[in-house]
Amino acid sequence: MRRVKTLYVALIYLFLYLPIFVLIASSFNASKYGTRWEGWTLKWYYQIIDSPLLMHAAINTLIIAFLAATLAAVIGTLGAVSLYRWRFAGKKAFEGLLFVIMMSPDIVMAISLLALFIALGIHLGFMSLLLSHITFCLPFVVITVYSRLSGFDSALIEAARDLGAGEWHVFYRIILPLAMPAVLAGWLLSFTLSVDDVIVSFFVTGPSFEILPLRIYSMVRLGVKPEVNALATILFLIPVVFVSFSYFLLKEKKS
Amino acid sequence: MTEKSLFKTATIGLTGAWLGFFVLIPNVMILATSFLQRDEAAFVRLDFTLENYRRILDPVYLQVFGHSAAMALVATMVCLALGYPFAYALARTRPGLRHLLLLLVIIPFWTNSLIRTYAIRSLLATQGVLNKLLLFTGIIDEPLRLLYTGTAVTIGLVYILFPFMVLPLFAVIEKLDTRLLEASADLGAGRFQTFVRVIIPLTMPGIIAGGLLVFLPALGMFYVSDLLGGAKDLLIGNFIKNQFLDARDWPFGAAASVTMTLIMALMLIAYFFSIRKIGKKEIR
Repeated sequence: MRRVKTLYVALIYLFLYLPIFVLIASSFNASKYGTRWEGWTLKWYYQIIDSPLLMHAAINTLIIAFLAATLAAVIGTLGAVSLYRWRFAGKKAFEGLLFVIMMSPDIVMAISLLALFIALGIHLGFMSLLLSHITFCLPFVVITVYSRLSGFDSALIEAARDLGAGEWHVFYRIILPLAMPAVLAGWLLSFTLSVDDVIVSFFVTGPSFEILPLRIYSMVRLGVKPEVNALATILFLIPVVFVSFSYFLLKEKKS
Repeated sequence: MTEKSLFKTATIGLTGAWLGFFVLIPNVMILATSFLQRDEAAFVRLDFTLENYRRILDPVYLQVFGHSAAMALVATMVCLALGYPFAYALARTRPGLRHLLLLLVIIPFWTNSLIRTYAIRSLLATQGVLNKLLLFTGIIDEPLRLLYTGTAVTIGLVYILFPFMVLPLFAVIEKLDTRLLEASADLGAGRFQTFVRVIIPLTMPGIIAGGLLVFLPALGMFYVSDLLGGAKDLLIGNFIKNQFLDARDWPFGAAASVTMTLIMALMLIAYFFSIRKIGKKEIR
């Protein structure tokens, strides 16, 4: 029975990892169609570096992810502080809308944002993409920061208020330093979400501003592209490094 | 606390305005669009109609939605069938190993799901690793045509969404009180009876949560069926995408999207009710 169990668990892991390992192995395969092993090569990696389209899309992806994560971290932190500190009219609606972002399927959010940008006459490209990415990252920052804030001793804030600190001072001198690990974790999570998104980006960006997942999408739709294997290998490793970092950051703060 | 603070006003104002502008207004716009008529030049014409919703009930489209829901449902069932014993086995390993094993489930899901879909495609190709493996072991004599079928879409969905099934299952199974299982055995229940009458009811919240987390996103993943499926293996996501970007029939696409959201909302409400009901039963 024990052996059956171990075998079963091993088979599931095989199912989870085999496609990724095959991809990584193919990225070093000299054969163009990857049907046979024809020896080691790094030429697909060089091809990526030499492709201006891909490099451009990669840089665009990083720019959007960096800006979206940073702005979502700022706005999301303010949102979490609002929910934690104050009671205000429309608080329920505020929470409800955050819930809507998390629960509504990507495609529904994608078309609703597309409709908004078209109605406002906003050009589909950098700006529309950035605004959309900030929006879908927001609830994750709010939740991360809020859950850390609710673990605090609120006496700290009351003490500061009693000693005459204004709302800004309380935020800047007390809440922000204490919440910082969660803000950073929220930033990293947002960065990953932004890099990973396909569906929303597909709708809200135009040919003037192409990002990597969309570039890959149009490449692989047309057939086998060995340089995509190399690119996929790199893209597999980036979030692994990033999220591990964020994981250890939170873990360290807990202990 | 009642003093007027510029910081407080600005904070609530900024975040509230963002949510109103980028979440509330766009969703209301889609809802409104679904009741309007199509216009060649300006996307929509301001004429109220229920025609878009009537068209959704057209047998041709119902069939598309049915096929989409069937593929998503099969993917959910496969995830459950594979994931339940897996989560159970994981939850019963020793704590140190357990967390490492769980992390190993999550790692592939940090990668862009588009890339994982592409990885599945290379695996399933006629000249791909899976066919080579099956030919080599002699299980099959001729390469299987797996790619560009509904089965491939289902496999892709299972692969991409599997962690969403395992994590909620793991969470409930880990908390399962083993004394209840012993009690069940002491009272003369066989293993099967204990499983059906004790374990399954107690882990039901996890089963439902995992089911929703797989089924709902599966409906929208248009790139999975684009890369793995044949021309007929459309998901609702493909349908909505086609209406918006190719057919340019926004009102119809909006109606499909509103319908999909409503069905999801109903399922979520049903979920919360069932959770509450199960919670009450436990107390009694």
